[in-house]
Amino acid sequence: MKTLFKHAALATMIGLSTPGLASLAYVSNEKDNTLSVIDTETQDVIETIDVGQRPRGILLSKDYTKLYICASDDDTVQVLDLATRKIVDTLPSGEDPEQFSLHPNNKHLYIANEDDAIVTVVDVETKDVLAQIDVGIEPEGMAVSPNGKWAVNTSETTSMLHWINTETFEIEKNIVVGQRPRHVEFTRDSKIAWASAEIGGTVHIIDVDNLEQIHEMSFKVSGVNQDRVQPVGIELTSDGKYAFVALGPSNHVAVVDAQTYEVLDYLLVGARVWQLDLDKDEKHLYTTNGVSGDVSVIDVEDLKVIKSIKVGRYPWGVVIDPTS
Amino acid sequence: MKAAHYWHCFVGIQTREWLRFWQQRTRFASALVRPLLWLVVFAAGFRAVLGISIIPPYDTYITYETYIAPGLCGMIILFNSMQGALSMVYDRELGSMRVLLMSPLPRPFLLVTKLLAMGVVSIGQVYVFLLLTLLVDVEPPLWGYLAVLPALILTSLMLGALGLLIATWIKQLENFAGVMNFVIFPMFFMSSALYPLWRMNEASPWLYWICQFNPFTHAVEAIRFSLYLEWNPMAYGITAGVTVVLALLATAGFRPQRTKILGTQSA
Repeated sequence: MKTLFKHAALATMIGLSTPGLASLAYVSNEKDNTLSVIDTETQDVIETIDVGQRPRGILLSKDYTKLYICASDDDTVQVLDLATRKIVDTLPSGEDPEQFSLHPNNKHLYIANEDDAIVTVVDVETKDVLAQIDVGIEPEGMAVSPNGKWAVNTSETTSMLHWINTETFEIEKNIVVGQRPRHVEFTRDSKIAWASAEIGGTVHIIDVDNLEQIHEMSFKVSGVNQDRVQPVGIELTSDGKYAFVALGPSNHVAVVDAQTYEVLDYLLVGARVWQLDLDKDEKHLYTTNGVSGDVSVIDVEDLKVIKSIKVGRYPWGVVIDPTS
Repeated sequence: MKAAHYWHCFVGIQTREWLRFWQQRTRFASALVRPLLWLVVFAAGFRAVLGISIIPPYDTYITYETYIAPGLCGMIILFNSMQGALSMVYDRELGSMRVLLMSPLPRPFLLVTKLLAMGVVSIGQVYVFLLLTLLVDVEPPLWGYLAVLPALILTSLMLGALGLLIATWIKQLENFAGVMNFVIFPMFFMSSALYPLWRMNEASPWLYWICQFNPFTHAVEAIRFSLYLEWNPMAYGITAGVTVVLALLATAGFRPQRTKILGTQSA
């Protein structure tokens, strides 16, 4: 009985001494050459870290120990150690890296080189360039399927999705989509891919097994001129319920029913909303608003924008570290 | 004079105002049409205009509907107060005000009670209006509906006192149209009810200062901040200060004898 009591007391103490640590959100500020670190609990910026020139795409290593940063004007990918929050390494990236994606093997980094019309594959451990794959003009978006089978690149001028086999580094199929495709997002089961086309104003739903488009959707924000409705970032909830689409200079995020592809609502955020990320329990969605220089926080349950947090100039990408 | 007398009188005046309101139920509804038109027709056209800056007490970008809702609450009280002033002139012309003022209770008490009675009706309208704004997604926090009550009472007292003061200066019922042109419209348009003041400052600094000196601006800001559970001591302070000054001026200056009734010279 006594020991039971002791255990209970110990368990309570442990419970009390490890309060649910808030996860941190990292935001790349394109014009300030910095990263803003946001405590998602208090929703305040707690630190600003100097990084290379024009940081845009950012992503976490699969073990959440490192953050990779596309320093576009330095033509390099920087590696930030999350424990010390210091730049510890750089990787070869080819010219002007903007977006990239890490293979689930945590080794192969696929980088879109906009000026050279190629996709560079780098081994992040050996820093070897494994392949340079010719793609369409102005490659932009980059995504690797969660099962690791496909790497998809979007080329802005060619308006295509290039499907790269990750074993052979060869393009197996091109799918034509709307004008200036920007971003690709896979569902967790790797069966469906969502691709946004910025100028076309459309989002394309691709069946990954057959590599065919199964649906195309467009958006209409009341009171906003149609040519300002430009889909860019996409984020999917893991329960398959919602897709969130950042609609660029329309300053709205579309909430889409991920099963019926019906737009449920448009949420007002800051100016030129660009990229999105969900926090670890998917309660809040963070959006980068480039022109207004802030990050808006959306309550996923209520589908309401609850706060906008000032960050640096032209925030571009946002990722949330679920382990911090 | 015992407290019971005051209470009896207080209840009497409140009841009379409620009876008057009950006989004019359509007026209650029609007074809501004006702010609803602003909300639905005017604000719809400007919906996207405001999403460019975050201003306190809001934490994020808001639609224009959300911005003007507190201003329209102020508008409801403003129009009601002026209408109340009109009814006082009317009362005075018909002499029922004299009956009221024949009471042995102190005149300031009678007048403030009268203002409160008018305020209760206005505040009822404001709450109905706030419920209707939910339809256009104006959703302040739940406790905000309670927190806004002191601001609404203060605003209705301030504007009621202003109405009373005006009523002391109006000699005839027909002069009331002037009140519309020279009081209601300037007060409403030159305030933060329809546009944030930083916008005003960009357009013209002198207009901005006129808005700053307009007590209605501060009443609207007190309503806006408390509706979103934020404390704005300046807005509250100015509204309360102006209320006291206007109430003193109005009760001191109120002379039921001012009006000429049916051509007979009153004493």
